[in-house]
Amino acid sequence: MNSNQLIALAPIITIAVTAVAVMLGIAVRRNFILSCGIAAVGIVIALSTLGIASRESAVRATLLILVDAYSLFYMALLLSGGLAVLGFCYDYFKEREGENEELPLLLLTALLGGLVLVGSSHFASFFIGLEILSISLFVLIGYPLNQSRPLEAAIKYLVLSGVSSAFLLMGMALIYSQCGELHFSGIGGYMTSRDNISAMVLSGTLLIMVGLGFKLSLVPFHLWTPDVYEGAPAPVTAFIATVSKGAVFALLLRYFITTYSYDYTPLLTVFSVIAGLSILGGNLLALLQTNVKRLLAYSSIAHMGYLLVAFIAGGRISSMWVVESVSFYLLAYFITTIGAFGVVSVLSTPQTEADDISCYRGLFWRRPWLAATFTLMLLSLAGIPLTAGFIGKFYIFTSAADGRLWGLLLAVIVGSGLGLYYYLRIIVVMSMNVDGAAIKPPQDWVSTAILAVLTMLLVWFGIYPGLLVNVIQSVSYAME
Amino acid sequence: MILPMLIGVLLLGGFAAWFSARWSPIAPRWVAIVTLTVEALLLVLPYAVAEHVDDLSSAWFADFYGPWIPRFGISFHLAMDGLSLLLITLTVLLGFMAVSSSWTEIKDRQGFFFFNLLACLAGTVGVFLAVDLFLFFFFWELMITPMYFLISIWGHENRTDAAIKFFIFTQVSSLLMLLAIITLVLLHYNSTGIYSFDYFELLNTVLEPHVAFWLMLGFFIAFTVKLPMVPFHTWLPDAHTQAPTGGSVILAGVMLKTGAYGLLRFVIPLFPDAAHQFAPIAMTLGAVSVLYAAMMAFAQSDLKRLIAYTSVSHMGFILLGVFSWNLLALQGSVITMLAHGISASALFMIAGALQERLHTREMGNMGGLWPALPRLSALTLFFAVASLGLPGLGNFMGEFLVLQGAFSVNMLLVSVAALVLILAPVYALIMIQKAFYGPPSQHSPLSDVGRREWASLGLLVLASVWLGLSPQAVLDVSVPVLKQEMQNSMVMER
Repeated sequence: MNSNQLIALAPIITIAVTAVAVMLGIAVRRNFILSCGIAAVGIVIALSTLGIASRESAVRATLLILVDAYSLFYMALLLSGGLAVLGFCYDYFKEREGENEELPLLLLTALLGGLVLVGSSHFASFFIGLEILSISLFVLIGYPLNQSRPLEAAIKYLVLSGVSSAFLLMGMALIYSQCGELHFSGIGGYMTSRDNISAMVLSGTLLIMVGLGFKLSLVPFHLWTPDVYEGAPAPVTAFIATVSKGAVFALLLRYFITTYSYDYTPLLTVFSVIAGLSILGGNLLALLQTNVKRLLAYSSIAHMGYLLVAFIAGGRISSMWVVESVSFYLLAYFITTIGAFGVVSVLSTPQTEADDISCYRGLFWRRPWLAATFTLMLLSLAGIPLTAGFIGKFYIFTSAADGRLWGLLLAVIVGSGLGLYYYLRIIVVMSMNVDGAAIKPPQDWVSTAILAVLTMLLVWFGIYPGLLVNVIQSVSYAME
Repeated sequence: MILPMLIGVLLLGGFAAWFSARWSPIAPRWVAIVTLTVEALLLVLPYAVAEHVDDLSSAWFADFYGPWIPRFGISFHLAMDGLSLLLITLTVLLGFMAVSSSWTEIKDRQGFFFFNLLACLAGTVGVFLAVDLFLFFFFWELMITPMYFLISIWGHENRTDAAIKFFIFTQVSSLLMLLAIITLVLLHYNSTGIYSFDYFELLNTVLEPHVAFWLMLGFFIAFTVKLPMVPFHTWLPDAHTQAPTGGSVILAGVMLKTGAYGLLRFVIPLFPDAAHQFAPIAMTLGAVSVLYAAMMAFAQSDLKRLIAYTSVSHMGFILLGVFSWNLLALQGSVITMLAHGISASALFMIAGALQERLHTREMGNMGGLWPALPRLSALTLFFAVASLGLPGLGNFMGEFLVLQGAFSVNMLLVSVAALVLILAPVYALIMIQKAFYGPPSQHSPLSDVGRREWASLGLLVLASVWLGLSPQAVLDVSVPVLKQEMQNSMVMER
């Protein structure tokens, strides 16, 4: 391994080393602040090593991992997301009973899995990354041990995740049996060398899609989502909704582009059905919810559907376009979703999780800044201008219109209309009049700072996205 | 430089109003007045320039260009011509009215109220100025969000449902427009290789007839939901009735005009052929709106609901006029936009004033108000006859020109639509009859029109009379624009 490869792998190595450091730290002294501190420093170092790595052109570090602009961008996204979640975790868990020191450790290992996933160019690293991520998540979801809801959610996620991994492995096996290759570019070579569609590869890819569909909570593989979102602690929910899904989606996109799976049009038909069902199903079911976490769960199902629309457009438009659209949308989705769950986490107390809609009654007049933040996040989810979510939706519209996916676009429009209803309902509840003046909020400085940064980014990218668009455009060149 | 300032002043004023609430609960309304005064002074400048526009020069007399998102050829491009100038003037005038009618009505959270009011006006001014389609869409959405808050926080008893209905109707229809905009830009890209959202670039895009039809429909639906046109009007009676008076004034007076403006500015110039073919259908829908809404107005017992339906009826005239696409009818549409803005806002202000005094909007509970409120009643009568189209007042001028212009295009439709000249007096007079005549119902002594109300309603009376007696001044400002647009679309059709 030469120095270039070492630099390229530096973020992954840093996170792994930090995980070990946190573990050793706990062995020496149990202190929650210390654990969080080490983890935060580790993530920041990993982020700065990304800066160094980005000066090199694409590096194939070992057979398994490819570090190019695309993976660096997603690594940065995942690490920043992880850092924000860590901050929320700190405020959320600092007052709670029990031994919370392992929480940062688990976040780090989950991040490690995510980093491997976005860099992987081989079935082995694909699977290893996914499993590191999932196994950390089981424990994270069930972390509040003495409550039944999180445990139930953890078991549910464990079982379904196990099933989906089985599907995934079966799919990989089928593809391997046909191509004799585990490397993405090897599979791509096989695909281009054949003129007709191979049934074995087709069914293998379908099985992989089923497996990833579970992780991305696409209809009809979404059944675990609301329960897990509701049961898991709010910051962990934010992590599942963003980091875990973002990493999986980035991998899916890379797999499809490098293996030329877009040539398999039957796959796109299946995807279109899934996307339509996710958009309509997610939005319709969200209408019925009175629990904010469940509502956001269904809305995230719908958002994965929107994202899939841009993904499907790749059958007709250039892959650079798709990468650009998906990346922008995912980034906006990260900011918004982490922000929304961040608000839920700030409002939660050790006694109650602030997930019932009644907790938000009159929030505008009790805690105006928090309510304004939440409103912006919800408007961004609904795709209203001034927020990054609007530019994201604009990207989806543009790529889908370019790909002439009129049916799916109609679904997006109908879904947005439905979505508006339940997002606005939360805003209405927040603006209801209640007696009593503003209360002095508890001092959650870390969360407040993170929410402020997220809100600023949201508005900045919503009003002046030019700079970010340029960055993402240069990322998309990597996938030409 | 004056164009971004027109938007910026309102936005900054909005934020100032919001923060000024910290040191005094009544400060925001004064901040709002000052902001609107500055805005009105800024408008004097373009009028000075507008005088020198003649037939030879371009109708656009102010322009501002700044880069925004170069990746897609999106720019911060504003431009002003006579039409936008007139509508912005109306916006500022009615902005004053909205502030005046909220003066005592809004008691809670005034800072946030006036922020939303001014932000809404800023969005509307932006809509009238934007000549980049992305920017236009941006402002189009921007004006909806504060209006949603105005209705849902300060509205009346069913405010939540009305506000959500309003938001969803406008949002879904505007997504159709966004889709049409994007498709238009992509088609333009395919033929020229340049991404551009600029209005002037896109004007000359050559489109297949059936594609042009679908794109036109996307725009048309968005604008006619806002206008509104039967059958997309169902959000309007609810939103108008439930909104606070200031919100109703802005909604009826200004926001509906953005729909009409959109039809005039975008639908027909961008898709002249498709619009020409679609004109019979659009005009039929316009005529249906005129008659149906007039009949619905007659059937209402809620004063604000009645006024809301009269708005739909008047907006039908605008649709009729715009799709006739001759100078006379277009001029009529422009006059109707202004005149309806004045008369409908005045009626909503009166309804608000009555509600503040009587705590009801039901006309059944009013009755015999004339002896108790002689001056307010007289003002109501004035605006009621203005709205039914009494010659000498603004509305008459507009409707007359529309009917005359449209007659040469489609005789049958116009004859049918003209029946509204019978229906309008019926609904206007039934309103006066129910609320102001008849046996007086027992009321505690009511205070008649105060000084603030005199000033604002009196101003609207003057404006209405002036518009009716010398519409030429307004026609002079708008004629270069309309001529130019007609010329452009003629060139296209050839």
